[in-house]
Amino acid sequence: MTQEFPKGAIKSIQGRSFVIRGDDIDTDRIIPARFLKCVSFSALGDQVFADDRNELKGNHPFDLVHNKGANILIVNDNFGCGSSREHAPQALMRWGIRLIIGESFAEIFFGNCLALGIPCLTSSKEVIAKLQNLVEKNITHTWHFDLKNLSFSNQKETVKLDLDEGPYNMLFTGKWDATSQLLDADEKIYITAKNLPYLNNFESII
Amino acid sequence: MRELPGGSTQLFIGLHLIHEVTSPQAFSALNEKNLEVKFPNLTVATVDHIVPTSNQQRPFSDPLAEEMLSTLENNCKTHRIKFHGIGSNSQGVVHVMAPELGLTQPGMTVACGDSHTSTHGAFGAIAFGIGTSQVRDVLASQSLAMNKLKVRRIWVDGTLQKGVYAKDLILHIIRHLGVKGGVGFAYEFAGPAIEKLSMEGRMTICNMAIEGGARCGYINPDETTFKYIKGKEYAPQGKDWDRAVSWWKSLASDSKAIFDDEIKLDGSSIEPTVTWGITPGQGISIKETIPNPDLLPINEQQIAKDACKYMNLKPDEPIEGKSVDVCFIGSCTNGRLSDLQEASKIVKGHTVATGIRAFVVPGSQKVAKEAREKGIDKIFLKAGFEWREPGCSMCLAMNPDKLEGRQISASSSNRNFKGRQGSANGRTLLMSPAMVAAAAINGKVTDVRNFLQD
Repeated sequence: MTQEFPKGAIKSIQGRSFVIRGDDIDTDRIIPARFLKCVSFSALGDQVFADDRNELKGNHPFDLVHNKGANILIVNDNFGCGSSREHAPQALMRWGIRLIIGESFAEIFFGNCLALGIPCLTSSKEVIAKLQNLVEKNITHTWHFDLKNLSFSNQKETVKLDLDEGPYNMLFTGKWDATSQLLDADEKIYITAKNLPYLNNFESII
Repeated sequence: MRELPGGSTQLFIGLHLIHEVTSPQAFSALNEKNLEVKFPNLTVATVDHIVPTSNQQRPFSDPLAEEMLSTLENNCKTHRIKFHGIGSNSQGVVHVMAPELGLTQPGMTVACGDSHTSTHGAFGAIAFGIGTSQVRDVLASQSLAMNKLKVRRIWVDGTLQKGVYAKDLILHIIRHLGVKGGVGFAYEFAGPAIEKLSMEGRMTICNMAIEGGARCGYINPDETTFKYIKGKEYAPQGKDWDRAVSWWKSLASDSKAIFDDEIKLDGSSIEPTVTWGITPGQGISIKETIPNPDLLPINEQQIAKDACKYMNLKPDEPIEGKSVDVCFIGSCTNGRLSDLQEASKIVKGHTVATGIRAFVVPGSQKVAKEAREKGIDKIFLKAGFEWREPGCSMCLAMNPDKLEGRQISASSSNRNFKGRQGSANGRTLLMSPAMVAAAAINGKVTDVRNFLQD
C-alpha cells in the first residue's frame, strides 16, 4: 500500500467507503489462523478475509475493483469478536483501511484498532443500515469523517457517530500510541511494584 | 496507578504471559524504539499455538513454526525472560501451564496476548487478553492504558446434574446472554453451583467469558483456590503463605458489594449443551432441536440462517444423533487433568466408532505426565484414541492438526467460528470433553448421561 500508516493526531479522514455486512464477524474470519504464522505483520494486507474472499471468487467487497483504494469500512454488530489477534486490524490497515464505522465492536478489537490509530465509530442499527445503503448506491463518493463533530458525510448526507471520551481524546491529541505516555509515569511504576503485596512477599498487607 | 490524560487508567500488570504468536512483533517494536523490558521477572513465556502434537523434535518440520519458536527463544534470552519451552517439563498451553505452576494468584493483574486470558480470573485475579501493541506496552512499562469495566454478577444456584459439567454451564450462560452481552463488562461468576466447582471447572467457566463478549471472567478466591495454589512451584511459601492467604481472603467481594448488573440462574436445570452454529452463543441442550431462524429474535435470525446453511443443519432437526467425523479433546478450555479424567470414565471399556478420528491433546506437559501416571493415556489408547503431545492443537489449527474439507468435529475447545479448525469450510460442535468422548464412541452426538447410568 502506498498510503502511510496513521500517525499523530487523527482529526479527519476522507476517502471512499465500502460495506461488509453481517453481525458477529470474528477475527478468525478477518484473518484466518494459518496466516498468524509469521514474525512480522508486513504480509497480512493481502490475506485479509482470505477464506471469505476465496469462497466468493472475486466478488467479495475486498476484491471488487471499484473498492480498490477505498479506506473506510462500514460494518454491522459486534465486529471483530473472538481472538485478540492484532493481526486482524493489522491486516485491515495494511490493505488500506483507516476508519471503521459499525453498530458495535468487540472490546479487544476496538482497543487494537485504537493502538494502530484506526478509529472505530458506532451508530444505531438504523443509521448504519441507512449508511450502508447510501454507500453501496454511491460507490464513487468521497466521504469525510470529522472527529471534532463526530460526523460522517458525503456531498449530500451527514450522519452523526459516537465515540467514548477516552478514545476521542487519544485520537484528538495523537496520544493513541500509549507506550511513551505509560513510560512518563516511570517513578510511579516502580512505587506501585514495590507496594504490591504479591511482589514484596506480602509484607505490605495491613 | 493513575488516570491518563485521555481518561483511561494506567494499570500495573503483575503477571505478563507471552507466547510465540502475539509477541514477536512486540519485541521488534521494542527494539525499534530502543526500549528495555522493564521487569523481565514479571513476564513468563511458553510456546503452544504452533507446536506440532505428534512429533516435537526440533527443528519442527514446518519451517514457519520453527522460526516462530526460535524467535521467541531468542527474544527471551536477550531480554532475560523465563521461557518454558519444548523439552521442559513445564511447557503447555499458556492458560493451563501458568495456573499449574502457581504463577496465577488472587489479586493479581494478569495480561497476555490471547483472548482466553480471562481464564485466570478463576483465581480472583483481574485477567484479560490484549493485542500485540499492548504486549509491547507491558514489556516496556509493565502497565497498560485501560478503561474501567462494569461488573455483571452471574449467580448460579443449585448443583449441576450428573453428566453436566462446567462447559455446559458456560455454554448455557453464553446462549442466554449472547456473544456480545458481556461487552464493556467483567463477568463475576458466583453462587452455590460455582462454589462447588473445582479450580479446573472454574477455569473452564472464566476461559469462555470472552465468548460472551466479557473481556474478564472472575470468581472470588476461597478455600478451593488456596488449596489448589498451595505447594505449587511459584506459590508463596512458609510465613509468606499465611500473609498471602489473609490478603487473598480480604479481596473477595462480600454480601454488601454492589454490581452494575445481576443475573440469576438455576444450575440444576441445565442439561448437556452443544453448539449447533457458528458462534459459541448458538448452543442448545442435547434434547432440543435446531432452532427455526424465523422464530428467533429478529437480530439473531440472519446469523442463524447463515449457521444452518454453513453447518448443513435443518431447523427442527434434533442435534442428538448428528454424525461427526473428528473428535478432539484438549485446549485451554478443557485440556486439564480432570477434563481428561472425566472423558476417560466414559471411554473406559468402549471403542471409538469406525471411521472416526479421535484424539486427546493434554493441555500441558504436567497434565500429560499426571494423566500417564494415572493410566488415563492407556484408557484412551486402548479405545482407539490417539494420545498426543501438549499444545493448542485443533482448537485453532495453527499446527498440523486440522479438519479437512467439510468434516464436522465434536470438540472440547471454545470457538466454532467458520473455518476455525483449519479447513475453510470445516464445521465444529462445541461440547464438554465427556460429551466428545461419548460422540467418539457412538460416532454421533450423544447424551453422555446414557453412559453414566449404573
